Amino acid sequence: MSASDPQPVIRAENLAVAFDGRTIFKDVSFEVQRGEIFVILGGSGCGKSTLLKALIGLVPLAAGHAWLLGEELAEANDRDRRALLQRIGVMWQSGALFGSMTLAENVELPIEEHTRLPRPAREALARSKLGLVGLGDAAARLPAEISGGMAKRAGIARAMALDPPLLFLDEPGAGLDPITSAGLDKLIKDIARDTGTTFVVVTHELQSILAIGDRCIMLDKDAQGIIAEGDPRRLRDESEQPTVRAFFRREAA
Amino acid sequence: MPPMDGTLASASEAQLDVVEGAGGRVLRFAGRLDAAAAARLWPAAMAAGAGGSVTALDLTAVESLDSAGAVLLLEAAPEAEARGAADEVAAVLDRTRRALAAAPPPPPPPRWRPITAIGRATVGRGRDALKGIAFMGEAVVTTGRVLAHPRLLRWSDLLRHLDEVGTRAFPLTLLLGFLIGVILAYQSSIPLRRFGAEVFVPNLVGISLLRELGPLLAGVVLAGRTGSAFAAELGTMTVNEEVDALKIMGVDPTAMLVLPRLVAATLVMPVLALLMSLAGLAGMTLIMNTLGYPWAAVQGQLQQWLSLGDLAGGLFKAACFGLVIAGIGCRAGLSAGRGPRAVGDAATAAVVGGIVAIVAMDGVFAVLFFRLGI
Repeated sequence: MSASDPQPVIRAENLAVAFDGRTIFKDVSFEVQRGEIFVILGGSGCGKSTLLKALIGLVPLAAGHAWLLGEELAEANDRDRRALLQRIGVMWQSGALFGSMTLAENVELPIEEHTRLPRPAREALARSKLGLVGLGDAAARLPAEISGGMAKRAGIARAMALDPPLLFLDEPGAGLDPITSAGLDKLIKDIARDTGTTFVVVTHELQSILAIGDRCIMLDKDAQGIIAEGDPRRLRDESEQPTVRAFFRREAA
Repeated sequence: MPPMDGTLASASEAQLDVVEGAGGRVLRFAGRLDAAAAARLWPAAMAAGAGGSVTALDLTAVESLDSAGAVLLLEAAPEAEARGAADEVAAVLDRTRRALAAAPPPPPPPRWRPITAIGRATVGRGRDALKGIAFMGEAVVTTGRVLAHPRLLRWSDLLRHLDEVGTRAFPLTLLLGFLIGVILAYQSSIPLRRFGAEVFVPNLVGISLLRELGPLLAGVVLAGRTGSAFAAELGTMTVNEEVDALKIMGVDPTAMLVLPRLVAATLVMPVLALLMSLAGLAGMTLIMNTLGYPWAAVQGQLQQWLSLGDLAGGLFKAACFGLVIAGIGCRAGLSAGRGPRAVGDAATAAVVGGIVAIVAMDGVFAVLFFRLGI
């Protein structure tokens, strides 16, 4: 896929998700272009993380279609599905590192599963990914021995292990100190710029959104869907929508 | 050994040429250096780069580079100068070089010293034993406090545990007891028949069930069903810092978490043992019936040869087993380490420790009852 490729990396059409008949959101449609840092934002409980899980096929869609890298995950057969899963990476909200493996082994796992690289190559590659997120000297530690921020960074390192063209990050900045969080934002921007990786970031950290977001959609619990879409800085300055204004100005609704 | 110059085999695009020049050896890469290509070229590149003899990497013909490819270049020739790389390729290479520099290879693990290891293990065991004694002491003190102020015991929790430990285990206990009775009756009838002593099968089965097997098997059921559950539940609470939260709130975790479980298991175990024995006797009676002994004959044998002492001794043992199994389960949970593995370890320790402890205790009881003539 080249930069001029007109096909969007993600195309979502009228997505709807409902749990036990309770609609979380409906009629959610958007496109994400290659190399973009696309932010899904909104208040707590509006379905941000659910939307992310729906996109990667972990939550069933009540209606609508979603294409990732030109492939509809829900319709794909096992082989296509496996090939597609190799080309996306997900960083989970709490890291979701495997507790019985060291950080290096966590990062090595997808490499071992999907490539034929020999062991020293896998080890060096895992080390380089950990070095990239600033965990070079913690490679031999277990997830139980590191802090929450380190677990998040290790989660990013693992998500990036196979250089996927599409990375999903669930709340990368939540619970981190401002310096670490800013470092993470810079890392995301650098990777997007250097490698053309597309990022879909779920967050409600205002500073992060403004620092990295090329484009965003804002979900709302009451509206059960998208209430604003566009450049976050323009939304902050120009939006007339009361919820959007409250969100960007940190006012109590 | 791959050839030192000329093209190395490549089915797809990526290629490695080793060029021996006046200035030294140059590795010339071409094509798309992705993870698949890196895997294929790895042995050849490592062989060519061995001994640090590579002076330069020629990357003019490299179309794209991902981090696996960059790792290949950097591991093959860490010191070599990269020439002719396109901007994107150079960016990936630089980023990976910086990342690798920030992540030094881990130091080799320290050598295993047997004497140090033995010493450490002994000290660890000793500390564990001390903690076990401290746990028992705490349980005893808390029990005393609760006896003085019964309000401290959480009755709703006690009822919940009685239900989970007891009533929910009834079907399993009945099934196991019945099957054990059937098996024992069948197996013992064969050798006894040789001596014409088949009529004594009820004595044998009855005494072994009431005195030994009933309490012991009920204990195994309790250790497997309940000891592990206690350990997992309390272990998860420990891992999630809930136990610390209780301590800081001024709530005694022993009174709130441990005591209801201990009491429930101690109260329930005699019932389970009794059920186990009764179901076993029923199974045995059924087999005796099929062998031609009427119900009344079996009952007569049992009444004549079994005493209330047999039953009471068995039930007393069962209560002790319940207390010990619950105590070991709770302790395993509360002393769990961190991480998801800790909970599994705690559950294993609870089951293994519980079963070993009741068998050992049973041995002590056997000697004790023998000496006392019970």
